[in-house]
Amino acid sequence: MENKTQYLEDISQIRSMMERSSRFISLSGLSGVFAGVYALAGAFLAHQIINNEIGINYQSKFLNLSSGRLEQLVIIALAVLGLAIGTGIILTTQKARKRGLKIWDKTAKLLTINLLIPLITGGILCLIFLHHGLVGVIAPSTLIFYGLSLINASKYTFTDIRYLGFAEIALGLISAYYVGFGLYFWALGFGILHILYGAIMYFKYER
Amino acid sequence: MKNLLNNFNKAFENRVRLGIMSILVVNDFVDFNRLKEILDVTDGNLASHLKALEKEKYVVMSKEFIGRKPNTKYKVSSAGKKAFEAHINALENLLKGSS
Repeated sequence: MENKTQYLEDISQIRSMMERSSRFISLSGLSGVFAGVYALAGAFLAHQIINNEIGINYQSKFLNLSSGRLEQLVIIALAVLGLAIGTGIILTTQKARKRGLKIWDKTAKLLTINLLIPLITGGILCLIFLHHGLVGVIAPSTLIFYGLSLINASKYTFTDIRYLGFAEIALGLISAYYVGFGLYFWALGFGILHILYGAIMYFKYER
Repeated sequence: MKNLLNNFNKAFENRVRLGIMSILVVNDFVDFNRLKEILDVTDGNLASHLKALEKEKYVVMSKEFIGRKPNTKYKVSSAGKKAFEAHINALENLLKGSS
């Protein structure tokens, strides 16, 4: 009977080594919740700015904002991104430290690189859209490329991220059809879905 | 019972060796320091277990230079992969049989 517990320990050792060497498991679920909250706050601010602009056609895919307003929107977007990434790094570092794991190891690098490839592609594409004044397709594009990034990165961290990726892509495609409601889809995808998923991850792996 | 134990591989009896194999089967190649970091063992301990696995031809070592620093990388051989799978299957069968 003593042998049996030894074999069970062997198997759990095998599983833990496989996981720890190939997946980044320190990713914090709470950072997803925070990212979602920042996104919702940002979307709310953006909504106020757009509403203040008199005489714009909200349904149009060529949103004619005065240049000052557009800059404000870009600054909000960058602030949301910066806050989300910053909080994510802090919480993930804390989680890794608590478990005595190294933070910037090979799996972390693989995760980052694979996340960034579609993300940067999408980012550049959105800048090009912005340059051409195609504001309406930016929200759907960010959702779709973010979804692709998550799916690409899911091989190197919790597989659950993959389903969040599918959800973001679906939302992005629907949003591309209903041009003009981008901000709402954006708030749903980056805000609500992040909070939901972050909470699920937190209760599943960190409690 | 005897039969089941026959499939047990003596080379994997040690926890560190089991760990090394587990890590190598899910990665293309892993360098010495990374193995040390994950397994949390001393240089000498890890080196001796790696040598033992090399002798069995379960792992393959390759040395290369990153700048001036030598970097030792390890990967699992196909024989090693097969042996490790057989070992896991044996573990599984044993647990199924005794529960």
